[in-house]
Amino acid sequence: MPVITYRDALNQALREEMHRDDRVFLMGEEVAVYQGAYKVSKGLLQEFGEMRVVDTPITELGFAGVGVGAAMAGLRPIIEFMTWNFALLALDQVVNAAAKMLYMSGGQFPMPMVFRGPNGAALQLAAQHSQAWESWLAHIPGLKVVAPGTPYDAKGLLKAAIRDDNPVCFLEGEMLYNTKGEVPEEEYIIPLGKAELKREGDHCTLITHGKMVLVAMQAADLLAKEGIRCDVVDLRTIRPMDVDAIAASVRKTNRAVVVEEGWELCGVGAQVVDYVQRYCFDHLDAPVVRVHQADAPMPYTKSLEKAAKPDVPKTIAAVKQVLYLD
Amino acid sequence: MATKVMMEALSPTMEEGRLVKWVKAVGDAVKSGDTIAEVETDKAIMELVARGDGVLRAQLIAEGATSPIGETIGVIAAADEDISSIAGGAAAAPAAPAAQAPAASGAASAEPAVAASADNSSRRGAEEQENAEVAAAGATRSSPLARRLAAEKGLNLSSIQGSGPGGRIIKRDIEAASSATSSSSASPRELLNQPAATSGAPSSSTKPTSTAPSIQIDGEYKDVTLTQMRKTIARRLGESIGPIPTFFLTSEIDMTNVGKLREQMSAAGDQFKVSVNDIIIKAVAIALTRHPEVNAHWMGDHIRYFSAAHIGMAVATDDGLIVPVIRDAHLKGLGAIGKEARELAKRARERKLQPAEFSGGTFSVSNLGMFGIDQFTAIINPPEAAILAVGATETKPVWENGQFVPRQRMRVTMSCDHRIIDGAVGARFLQTLKQLLESPLMMLF
Repeated sequence: MPVITYRDALNQALREEMHRDDRVFLMGEEVAVYQGAYKVSKGLLQEFGEMRVVDTPITELGFAGVGVGAAMAGLRPIIEFMTWNFALLALDQVVNAAAKMLYMSGGQFPMPMVFRGPNGAALQLAAQHSQAWESWLAHIPGLKVVAPGTPYDAKGLLKAAIRDDNPVCFLEGEMLYNTKGEVPEEEYIIPLGKAELKREGDHCTLITHGKMVLVAMQAADLLAKEGIRCDVVDLRTIRPMDVDAIAASVRKTNRAVVVEEGWELCGVGAQVVDYVQRYCFDHLDAPVVRVHQADAPMPYTKSLEKAAKPDVPKTIAAVKQVLYLD
Repeated sequence: MATKVMMEALSPTMEEGRLVKWVKAVGDAVKSGDTIAEVETDKAIMELVARGDGVLRAQLIAEGATSPIGETIGVIAAADEDISSIAGGAAAAPAAPAAQAPAASGAASAEPAVAASADNSSRRGAEEQENAEVAAAGATRSSPLARRLAAEKGLNLSSIQGSGPGGRIIKRDIEAASSATSSSSASPRELLNQPAATSGAPSSSTKPTSTAPSIQIDGEYKDVTLTQMRKTIARRLGESIGPIPTFFLTSEIDMTNVGKLREQMSAAGDQFKVSVNDIIIKAVAIALTRHPEVNAHWMGDHIRYFSAAHIGMAVATDDGLIVPVIRDAHLKGLGAIGKEARELAKRARERKLQPAEFSGGTFSVSNLGMFGIDQFTAIINPPEAAILAVGATETKPVWENGQFVPRQRMRVTMSCDHRIIDGAVGARFLQTLKQLLESPLMMLF
């Protein structure tokens, strides 16, 4: 099986879906002539022409709104945000237009569109450009929120997102674009709303998504050397969340740690913990522990940024805490 | 920050306290450690001290009222702090300015960093307080899984020692409690879940559980895990007779030589006068050091054997029975024991004993001889293994060398917890005690 980057996996998904359905088009800042700020749309302008790969001015609210209109008119837009930090400007279109259109039009206007771009912190991009938005977006009924952590998932989930008739917020990672993984040549689709058990163990469940999948997997590898076996549940889709997968694993291991990029209060992990206490109460042997970003704006200083981010040592410590090994 | 004044566990067995008197009035400044109230426990009247600095802002119960342990009965806070969330609207002191609350939250939102850290510390506070409250209430902490497993296995949580934080009973404790029955080899999973296991890699060679009891020695006692036989004895006999399966051993002891000893000592001067009870306590302490298997506590899942003899001495007061403890009686002379016994008895009648003075006994003696009781059975003071009931010393004819001679005789009855002590073990202890009292010089041996 070919080993390709997360970036190329996304590129393949875009290309395949644009070939498959000529209503699909890509729009955003630098997506065409520059071939994408992170080169995700490399070669697409040449292949599909400027009617389907459209450069926009720096107007997030404007081109998100054009996307909503295009979806109402029967197209299947893919709106690329250079990062989700910039998408704050477009949230009115995402939350008030795209998420509610089907509902408020009495079912007349489906919103078969994708908003995508990198989410979360990279390295020293400072407080305004190092934020993880999934809990904000997942809060909104009408949206679907997807956060793949591997090239395989990135491709399969982006294809599913493009084919979905609902607005899907697709959260990538700047630090993930260069990561590599096996991606089959033949076509495959990963259904939205399905978590994956990425690693099996019976001592503790690690529940995570997006970039933190790599952190959880590394932590699980290191813990395995100490004889501690972890289930790693990759949510893949934040909304709708795969409650069954979470419950099945926690009922097996009796202990859970939730790892996420964002802040603690009202974070994705808070929702996971709610499901765990609701559906696994009599199976819990320890309070669930969360690993997350420090409750502060992301520091620019390298050492402080490192201290603020969730990482492998913090995850290992959390697992040992729920196992009463610390 | 406001500090709650809570009804504290001022004696080991106290469940609630009656507030006798507020020493500090609402509005008085208090420092941590100051006495703020007097509380009557099940044993004595004790001082309740402040756990924080500030002003006593509210008294939430009246003098004479009773509160369970852990209940908030007052509030210490800064003079202008909003305490309505703790004290509640009605009970709060009238001085509490309600308008302070919005102003405070406004200030907090202006300084997010400060607010965040304050938030964290109060959260930690809440955790500690919960720990303290649970501990004070004597409640058993356990994980939901542990509770379910215990129910499935028919185990009583109160008899299991928790190894989690704050004594929380967790899965591995339930497994340890029930797996003692199975001697099958442990999987790596089970090894991981053993309380003593470290996080080391699972060993490939798994050993069957040893049948010999493992002994942990810590300071002046050693813990001995229960053997299967001991467990079965505990369970079967417990089913037969109440929570403590008690049996009784009675022995008649010749006290003639003890009488002579006391006469000799009195003749040497008033300062050398000792009571029969002092000599009995000393003899019991010595016998315990020679029979440590009797000097023990029942700990639910193990037996704790003591090397030191701390003798509880039942004292009748107007309010009821209390058992002050003469510590290290095996090391003390008759004079020291006598002096301490009189002092403790006096303080007990005045209800001035501190909790430390009536807890920690390893064996108790109850003497009703002065009431002319010939013999009786005493109730064991748990978790102790036994109690000795001492009757009156009487002159009786005893058949000796072909004739009746008058002798001073005393009957003692030992109540034994059969989960710890078997008949022969108790009998050997009584035999030693009898020897020590009939030939008091043997105490010097």
